[in-house]
Amino acid sequence: MNWHQICDIELLLPEYGVPALIGEHPVAVFRTHDDELYAIGNVDPFCGAGVMSRGIVGDRGGEPTVASPMLKQVFSLRTGECLDDPGARLPVFPVRRRETVVEVALP
Amino acid sequence: MTRTLVVVGHGMVGHRLVETLRDRDEANAWRIVVLGEEPRPAYDRVGLSSYLDGKSAEDLSLTGQDVLDDPMVDLRLNAAVTGVDTGARAVTLDSGESLTYDALVLATGSKPFVPPVPGHQLPGAFVYRTIDDLDAIREAATEGRDGVVIGGGLLGLEAANALRLLGMRPHVVEMAPRLMPLQVDEGGGQVLRGLVEELGLTIHAGAATQSLDGEERVTGVTLADGTVIDTDLVVFSAGVRPRDELAEIAGVARGERGGFLVDDACRTSVEGVWAIGECAAVEGRCYGLVAPGYAMAEGVADQLLELGEGTFPGADMSTKLKLLGVDVASFGDAHGTTEGALEVVYANNAAGTYAKLVLSDDARVLLGGVLVGDASAYAVLRPLVDRELPAPPEQLLLPAGSGVDSGALPDDATVCSCNNVTKGEITCAIAEHGLADVPEVKSCTKAGTSCGSCVPMLKTLLNECGVVTSKALCEHFTQSRAELFEIAQATGIGSFSELIAKHGSGRGCDICKPAVASILASLGNGHILEGEQASLQDTNDRFLANIQRNGTYSVVPRVPGGEITPEKLIVLGEVAKEFGLYTKITGGQRIDLFGARVEQLPEIWKKLVDAGFESGHAYGKALRTVKSCVGNDWCRYGVQDSVSMAIRLELRYRGLRSPHKLKSAVSGCARECAEARGKDFGVIATDKGWNLYVGGNGGFTPRHAELLAADLDDERLIQLIDRFLMFYVRTADRLQRTSAWVESLDGGLEHLKEVVVEDSLGIAEELEAAMQRHVDTYSDEWAGVLSDPGKLSRFVSFVNAPDAPDPTIRFIEERGQIRPGPVSLPMPEIVAPKQEVRS
Ligand code: SRM
Ligand SMILES: Cc1cc2nc3c(=O)[nH]c(=O)nc-3n(C[C@H](O)[C@H](O)[C@H](O)COP(=O)(O)OP(=O)(O)OC[C@H]3O[C@@H](n4cnc5c(N)ncnc54)[C@H](O)[C@@H]3O)c2cc1C
Ligand code: SF4
Ligand code: FES
Repeated sequence: MNWHQICDIELLLPEYGVPALIGEHPVAVFRTHDDELYAIGNVDPFCGAGVMSRGIVGDRGGEPTVASPMLKQVFSLRTGECLDDPGARLPVFPVRRRETVVEVALP
Repeated sequence: MTRTLVVVGHGMVGHRLVETLRDRDEANAWRIVVLGEEPRPAYDRVGLSSYLDGKSAEDLSLTGQDVLDDPMVDLRLNAAVTGVDTGARAVTLDSGESLTYDALVLATGSKPFVPPVPGHQLPGAFVYRTIDDLDAIREAATEGRDGVVIGGGLLGLEAANALRLLGMRPHVVEMAPRLMPLQVDEGGGQVLRGLVEELGLTIHAGAATQSLDGEERVTGVTLADGTVIDTDLVVFSAGVRPRDELAEIAGVARGERGGFLVDDACRTSVEGVWAIGECAAVEGRCYGLVAPGYAMAEGVADQLLELGEGTFPGADMSTKLKLLGVDVASFGDAHGTTEGALEVVYANNAAGTYAKLVLSDDARVLLGGVLVGDASAYAVLRPLVDRELPAPPEQLLLPAGSGVDSGALPDDATVCSCNNVTKGEITCAIAEHGLADVPEVKSCTKAGTSCGSCVPMLKTLLNECGVVTSKALCEHFTQSRAELFEIAQATGIGSFSELIAKHGSGRGCDICKPAVASILASLGNGHILEGEQASLQDTNDRFLANIQRNGTYSVVPRVPGGEITPEKLIVLGEVAKEFGLYTKITGGQRIDLFGARVEQLPEIWKKLVDAGFESGHAYGKALRTVKSCVGNDWCRYGVQDSVSMAIRLELRYRGLRSPHKLKSAVSGCARECAEARGKDFGVIATDKGWNLYVGGNGGFTPRHAELLAADLDDERLIQLIDRFLMFYVRTADRLQRTSAWVESLDGGLEHLKEVVVEDSLGIAEELEAAMQRHVDTYSDEWAGVLSDPGKLSRFVSFVNAPDAPDPTIRFIEERGQIRPGPVSLPMPEIVAPKQEVRS
């Protein structure tokens, strides 16, 4: 695993996402209310724009989710799967917290 | 081959024929020539009186651009038909022109009956039927003087109200011993009389008119008992007579009491000639209401298209109306003429209400009834006529029929009598098309689109169909937006976490979070990006800009009223140039700069704020723009200063968070160059002040705003808008524009008038105070971000590479400016949705 430092945890508010660039890969990193961290691809598969980190975080039936800010499809933060259109999915990246630093790995 | 239909008369019913035929004639089998004697296309005669209460001739028009532009419709105005040759199948116009037809429909309506009392033809005597009549009455009215209406029926009372609106003191002379003798009984008539006398009308009941006095013009009216009323204005409203002058000329048979005699399919005695509306004597009987006329028009359209027999099903002569603010309803056998009929009467003289139910001799079947003062039970009672009573009579009279459910109604009961829609048709439509609310039922079935008295029943039917308009906001809150608003307001809860912990479940989603964010903002909880609020906002609010298809944003500074100095225009140009932004004038009279990257937004806004600009809230569910026309500063027609008013309104309501976006406009005269009636609240200047219109919309479902109040001075205008907006902010659903909200209100516009103008709920002061708090605490959101490093730190392309531009953003050039390039990055894999294999 090749871990990349993203930012200080202070910058990542609960229920919020930030965009990061790992090599050439735009990644969206989220922190939920229970302090879990998630990282998924930042590029919305429906429009090709790098906007997923700007979506609203929440849950659907308990599953942690983010809604695309563009056309509002909802994705699982755990699996990257689109819950509104099971054909589409976002890549998921390993993410961890080291001290106060958030790190993401490219698999 | 295309055939030609000639319609004589472009009134309400003639127009319905044209509309229906064009709707159903998919093969363009008929070309329609409509000949109307009046100078204007068909208008809402039923709503005629509102012409003196602020509405314009335009407002009343029934004729849309679609009809005017329709190449299959040839509408001729000022064209009276004077001759018909049924042998040659031709009509002659007063101009001498002659036109041939394949089918002829007479829809000439009625004319007011003027009793031949001495002096009836003197100048100063009027009738009440057309817009031209009303113009003449307005011209002749003198404020403060007595005016006389002859006839105390439904129309007479409307005419009396018209005189009242013109500032006159109306007298009503009625030959029968009570008002509205056709509709109400003795007891109801007494209550009605009491209520209208309180409004300043003088009633002379059981009185015959002896003469109109005067030499050159009317100077007084003498009654048979010797009473003399000193007046120079008399309106005859003593009933109508069918306009059947063409009967002899065309060789068409007449009914015994006038009108073109037709069978139950509206066919006259001459092949190829029909008559519909008030001029038709269907099997000898004329109908003076619009709903039966509409049914006739639809039947004839079906015959012409060979879609059915189109027989006239007979008509329900029930009426419910609000006369001078007094509810009056009568339905079925209101006078108890059925043999053995029993009457149950409930009268409350103190409250000014009267109700009578007419029952069959065994007291089990409802035959009819009369309601005066409070007619809320009408929606439930009318469809029950001729049916077995589902509950004891007194229970049926409880407000809005709370005593019964509609389960008691059989499917063939007519729920909407204006448009002849049955319960079965409505419930089928609800099930078949998955209709979810009253506005949808209205547009799908036409029920509820005329007088509105059946709307409460539509609600009940929706509920009972189980489609139950769930008020739950989303899976996390069972409450509606309005309920959450009340909770937040009453408890003072100021954060989403607390609200969902105490009143919801789960963690929230992209539906409830922005809705709650908006509620918190309306209640004045500081900057929308402060603390937890930042995570509730939709991306537009989160970056105080509008997201575009490629992930960049647009920048829209506020330009109040659309007025801008050359200096500021230059600043916008310079900023656009510096950052390479695409520039466009919006439909809202301001300038949009597109293509800004997230990380550029603060820099761009710093320049704009320094130059005196502020956020235009193009991104928010908030006030967008108040458009203006140039008004009386420059325009030769302007009667008020529309630009100053627009700026004043825009600065007052800027930043107000609401259930959906809010738009407004102010026009300097009735020419309406600012398109105010397409707005949530629109203001149009009059020579006495301002008319306020509410509930307009462009967008998906365009709707003209309706008049809320007329001739307001500046302060009253603002007071009413304050109340209107705050009432909307508190009670509307999420993403419900004012247009849909007004439609969904029980009692519609009338109810809104009562709350906003008359303060029937006693909340006006509180609403005004809430608005004043908003005005006092407003501050520019962009200035708030620029002065706060914490908020600024979120405007980056990547947290770990703030200077690296997002590689997904690419522009190409078109007409000398940028535009988003085609998406070029390898798209993340989208697995094709599983397809069912069908062989
Ligand atoms: C920029 C503009 C078009 C233009 O180039 O002229 C525009 C652009 C957008 N309109 Fe609009 N509308 C614009 C005037 C209008 C108008 C005309 C007007 O306001 O005079 C209408 C019809 C009037 C009305 O709203 O009743 C209009 C009816 C809509 C609707 C349909 C609303 C409805 O109730 O049916 C939407 C969708 C929505 O809001 O849900 C919409 C939504 C949008 C959004 C916000 C779509 C979106 O979510 O991305 C567009 C992005 C704005 C941006 O990026 O800045 N826009 N839009 C106009 C901005 C006006 C301004 O200065 O603020
Ligand atoms: C003030 C008022 C209030 C009313 N309120 C209600 C109400 O609350 N509910 C209700 O149901 N009804 C109401 N009515 C009655 C309703 O307006 C009529 O039933 C309806 O307008 C009838 O439509 P119509 O097309 O048959 O006649 P009209 O609307 O009168 O149209 C007939 C048209 O034919 C034209 N015409 C006549 N002869 C010729 C000719 N030879 N050549 C060319 N054109 C000709 C006339 O000029 C007229 O424009 C009200 C009427 C008035 C005046
Ligand atoms: S609405 Fe009237 S005042 Fe305003 S520009 Fe148009 S014509 Fe002139
Ligand atoms: S009964 Fe008048 S609109 Fe339905």
